[in-house]
Amino acid sequence: MTDTPARPDPDELLRRVKEEQARAKRGKLRVFFGFAPGVGKTYRMLQVARDLVSDQNLDVVVGIVETHRRTDTAAMTLGLEVLPRRKTEHRGHLLEEFDLDLALARKPKVLLVDELAHTNAPGSRHPKRWQDVEELLEAGIDVLTTMNVQHVESLNDVISQITRIQVRETVPDSVLDRAEAVELVDIAPEELLQRLKEGKVYLPDQAQRAAEHFFQRGNLLALRELALRRTAQHVDTDVQEYREEHGVAATWPAGERILVCVGAAPSSGRLIRATARMAAGLRCPWVAAYVESSVLARMSDADRDRLEAHLRIAESLGGTVTRLSGARVSEAILTYARRNNITRLVIGKPTHSRFRDRFLGSLLDDVVRGSGDIEVSVVSGDSLTDAPVRGSTAALEPVKPWHFVAATLMVAATAGAAALLRAALNLPDPEMLFLLTVMVTAVWFGRAPSLLAAALGVACYDFFFVPPFNTFDIADRRYILTFAMMFGVGFVLSELARRLKGQEQFALSRAERTSVLYALSKDLSSADEPSQIAQVAARQAADVFAASAVVLQVGPDGALKPIGAWPADAALDANNLGVAKWAIDHLELAGLGTDTLPGSASVCAPLRSGPAALGALALTPAEKVPLRAEQRAFLDVFCRQVAVALERAQLADEARASALHAKTEEMRSSLLSAVSHDLRTPLASITGAATSLRDDAGLSPATRVELVESICGEAVRLERLVGNLLDMTRLESGAVSLKRDWVPLDEIVGSALTRLEVGLGNRDVKVRIPTDLPMLLVDPVMFEQIFINLLENAAKYTPPGTAIDIDARVERDTVVIDVSDHGIGLPAGAEQKVFDKFYRGPHTGIAGAGLGLAICRGIAEAHGGSMRAENRSGGGATFHITVPIGGQAPEIDRAEAVGT
Amino acid sequence: MSDLGELVLVVEDEPQMRKFIRASLTSHGYRLVEAERASEAVALATSHNPQLVLMDLGLPDADGIELTRRLREWSRVPIIVISARGREEDKVAALDAGADDYLTKPFGVNELLARMRVALRHAQGTSAEPPPQALEFGELKVDLTRREVTRSGIEVHLTPIEYRLLLLFAQHAGKVLTHRQILKEVWGPAYAAQTHYVRVHMAELRKKIETDPSRPKLLVTEPGVGYRLRDRVS
Repeated sequence: MTDTPARPDPDELLRRVKEEQARAKRGKLRVFFGFAPGVGKTYRMLQVARDLVSDQNLDVVVGIVETHRRTDTAAMTLGLEVLPRRKTEHRGHLLEEFDLDLALARKPKVLLVDELAHTNAPGSRHPKRWQDVEELLEAGIDVLTTMNVQHVESLNDVISQITRIQVRETVPDSVLDRAEAVELVDIAPEELLQRLKEGKVYLPDQAQRAAEHFFQRGNLLALRELALRRTAQHVDTDVQEYREEHGVAATWPAGERILVCVGAAPSSGRLIRATARMAAGLRCPWVAAYVESSVLARMSDADRDRLEAHLRIAESLGGTVTRLSGARVSEAILTYARRNNITRLVIGKPTHSRFRDRFLGSLLDDVVRGSGDIEVSVVSGDSLTDAPVRGSTAALEPVKPWHFVAATLMVAATAGAAALLRAALNLPDPEMLFLLTVMVTAVWFGRAPSLLAAALGVACYDFFFVPPFNTFDIADRRYILTFAMMFGVGFVLSELARRLKGQEQFALSRAERTSVLYALSKDLSSADEPSQIAQVAARQAADVFAASAVVLQVGPDGALKPIGAWPADAALDANNLGVAKWAIDHLELAGLGTDTLPGSASVCAPLRSGPAALGALALTPAEKVPLRAEQRAFLDVFCRQVAVALERAQLADEARASALHAKTEEMRSSLLSAVSHDLRTPLASITGAATSLRDDAGLSPATRVELVESICGEAVRLERLVGNLLDMTRLESGAVSLKRDWVPLDEIVGSALTRLEVGLGNRDVKVRIPTDLPMLLVDPVMFEQIFINLLENAAKYTPPGTAIDIDARVERDTVVIDVSDHGIGLPAGAEQKVFDKFYRGPHTGIAGAGLGLAICRGIAEAHGGSMRAENRSGGGATFHITVPIGGQAPEIDRAEAVGT
Repeated sequence: MSDLGELVLVVEDEPQMRKFIRASLTSHGYRLVEAERASEAVALATSHNPQLVLMDLGLPDADGIELTRRLREWSRVPIIVISARGREEDKVAALDAGADDYLTKPFGVNELLARMRVALRHAQGTSAEPPPQALEFGELKVDLTRREVTRSGIEVHLTPIEYRLLLLFAQHAGKVLTHRQILKEVWGPAYAAQTHYVRVHMAELRKKIETDPSRPKLLVTEPGVGYRLRDRVS
């Protein structure tokens, strides 16, 4: 032992801080806990509520309180605000229920909700009232509530053993564990019995008979003890937490971990509860493991649902649920146990005969043998509630009557064939033919028809083929052995065939699911847009789950937006949108056949890949058939895949946006530098010249003219620069809409030359355009700009007096136009760079923003063409403009023109 | 030019532009009324009956095309629209709605005065004078009575369509004509959308009457708008 004080584990501390933060926001739950009806829980709760109002002046509201017409209790509610109840009609009965939405809207500081274990009327949001309370707590409302010990999930079976009354309304232990305070409302059992006699205890009519069993002194004593213990346990947990918070040495037994093997058998429920109690006693974590083997294929829907229910119970009792798979159950469990440092295994006591174990092997034996140093607890698996449902593991496909008819006909045909063969070939032993028939019927129709076939086969064989013929008499006793063997072999064959088929079907459905997931991930990987992903997901989901599917996305404003549907016109009404909203907010499956709003037409699953849901998948089965348990599990996997794809698309979008942003930033900065230099220079000249003209009276007339000329020249330069910037921006933003028209190239070049009449000076421009050059389908204004920019460049960068050549020709389905000058040419290696934005040649003293050629290329590309530049062998540069011809130019009817 | 210069209605919302136009026009003897908005412009046009309207296309309360249409309902006053580069379709719309000419910002004062003179001359020409016998544009002569065209004294043979084209430009010398206007006048209203007809025949006509058809000096293209016969008379 060391003297170092036990320090709380940092991770543990962090968890606790987080929990505390969550708890601070969460409302506080205070439970008034009793051991039986009539102990005065509601009265006590109201008392506390009144104190809260009078002492602390808190906003206390009565959500629902059952006074059961007792005047003293009713009097306690006076002066408190009572919420109106929600009235619903169910099968002609008017039901009054606690109104959750109203309470959430009213949002008091403290709300009173009586009878935590109450089951809500059909059509309510949650099936159970404790789920309503959970939502209230989530919303930050403190709740006062009442419950009796027999409603505690983990004590449920113990109490039903004591009282012989099965209580169906249970509350998970975790709800009680998370309660801020559990206050025991206690009176002596004798006093309670006295109150019962005086009629002071309200009992619903249907419970009158049960009450006789229930309210017996022995029962009450036992219940009281359980209630006291359960309350003490809560106090204990508080103490435990206090100790940990304050660094008091942990009493947590190091490393204990329990694993319970869970199956579909009803006894598994008891096993889980027993484990939960055991774990609570040892204060250790526990795991409920379920092994998925090929046996699942033989499970009926009822079994599957029960299995899922067991796993849910395990979760609600604070266990971790894990699904294992493996050929042998024992092996899968032991592997998991070793890997996860399980110290104790809980397993059910077998209920079947030892005989079966002899042949099929015993799970218990295997586990015990392989357990090594893991402790194995075998807990009684006998069922108090209902007998294990025999035959629930029966046929995969229901046996149809015609299967039996077909089996009979096949046997008859076999008998006919055997008779023919005997006549023709003198076949001595036709029994093999009957065995074949039995096997075929087993494979095709299942066990029962094949057994019928075996029996009929034996009878036929006896009647027709065993001497004396055509009677059931047997001359030779040895044939009895043959019959027995025939029947036995038939039975075994049919069993084997059936198993094979079961495995095959299991493999098939698994393969089908795998292939669906494969197809999904393949389709998803080729979809980039959230809407495409949603469409793929909706189509696949509609297909797999035989329902119409809608994919909803949570918008930036929190609103739900359908982004994919299959069939395309599938949509959700407001109610089902509410279900989807709930599923997204609570990250749980909701709607049809689930715990939340089970009466809805749709079942909604959240699409979640991170801590929050990106959206939901809503399925609306055509016939309002709830999903089966294994479909739900599959839906979960399905949704995760879709969510991951959606998140990927969203991230890609964000990445694209930020890349674009970066590019825009880069462009903006080069634009700024260009603007600051190229706009300021002419502005500076203009300002200088203009102020001289204004302020300096002594200027000579010649200087005045010079200054005015400079103002005009600089203004023209500015105008061109601004024009270029505008053109570039329009081209870049894609805001250019081409006004294409069929235009002869002559006109475009001519127009450009006319406009540049002055600028080109004495340069000789040689235009060689073949007369048969087809017209171009281009935007004449923009296309002319290419020539204007090229010619202006030529004028800027080549010596005065040098010639400029413009040639055009058809190359395949394009027109190529060359604009060549006779200057010094382009800097070596910069032939393509000259088309970059803001590229400036090494020439100094020549104004320009380096946009002209970028605009040329932009225009050419907007027309589906391209531009490139090269130095010509004879000196100077050539710019090639390539544009597609763009179809057949319209005919000009010249004869028509000569008409007048 | 009379003592009392022509009255010009300037519709422009930019104070600086108005200042420039006011300075240039008054120094050349024109009288001005100024409007900032389309509604004001309609009122002033009715009350002052100006001889020319100079109108910016981008007005705060209505666009200039609409204003042109409204003025044309009752007035034949020449209208010159002013617009920025890159708004060719607006110019075409204004011209087709009845405007006489356009100016692209920024423009020099000489250009402005030249356009105004052409517009005013055409407006006066329509009144009383008998049509001239012949028209002359540099080296090009069009004899209207003999339907004869000569360049530097040498006869040019034109097809009937080409002659009609040339005649149309000659009659509107100095004024821009949109493709639609040309098609309507030469080919008829049914051909209003066949702009390539105009382009092809214009190319043919240029080859016959221009000294250097690849650098036209007489029949110039107004990119995106139409064509203009350059008028050197002024």
